[in-house]
Amino acid sequence: MADLVFWVLSGVAVASGVAVFSVDSMARATYALAASFVAVGLALLLFDLQFLGVITVLMMIMEMAIMAIYMIMFMGMNPALMPMSMVHDKRWAMAAAAGTFVVLAAGAVLVPWPDRAGDPADDLTAAVGEAIMGDKMLVMLTVSPVLFATIVAALVLALPSGRYARLGDHLGRRTAPARDPEGAGR
Amino acid sequence: MTLETVLLVAAALFCVGLYGAISQQVVVMVMMGLELMINGVILAAAGFWWFLTPVPDGQVLLLVVITAMTVEMAMGFGVATLLHRSRESDMTDMATDLSR
Repeated sequence: MADLVFWVLSGVAVASGVAVFSVDSMARATYALAASFVAVGLALLLFDLQFLGVITVLMMIMEMAIMAIYMIMFMGMNPALMPMSMVHDKRWAMAAAAGTFVVLAAGAVLVPWPDRAGDPADDLTAAVGEAIMGDKMLVMLTVSPVLFATIVAALVLALPSGRYARLGDHLGRRTAPARDPEGAGR
Repeated sequence: MTLETVLLVAAALFCVGLYGAISQQVVVMVMMGLELMINGVILAAAGFWWFLTPVPDGQVLLLVVITAMTVEMAMGFGVATLLHRSRESDMTDMATDLSR
């Protein structure tokens, strides 16, 4: 039964992945990518990875919803109704992808993988929780500032101007000088 | 379901994403290609973890990969916003240099 579910989910994941770049609208591509991620997230459940599988599914659904909004913002049209094909170097990209698949598939099939060492814990979610709050805490201590730095960096990139651009050197004053496209002398 | 089959599916996902990341012109579509590549990495890492060494370390590594995916998306959206504001474009071909 697990084998059948795995093959169905694998088929959905790969077919949805191909659909991302073959459907003729970006909105459909977004939903195809979401389907691919949901299939992989559900496949993680077959490995008893309940926590990671569920956060993958939940995170990707939210992320794809945000991505659809971005497309509508930037494309300036209804992307679901506008067929388009915007590619370059298609033949070269196809060759690179096929060559990479041959190399990876050869490695997967030809490498003599060792036998399984050890058994999974009874409660895998508790095990990962204890790991990141115990002997793997350094990983979480590294990931946390990276995520915070990402928030700051993304805001710096996305905001049209910061307070220095609006107020110049006098950050204490209440009103900004006349609007200048270049900012207050910056 | 064996390690080999899991890795083959993961390789297929990775390579479809690679095709998209190389061939697409729209920044958001390039990000979709990168996402698909990381999707393949997640599946391969889960397969390695389950079939070789099912200890908590592997789950922590998977968490790091998923974090990398979120960072990539957040920065990608930030760059797409900046690109659209400064050049009225969301195409990679119009952003081949860093200066204005």
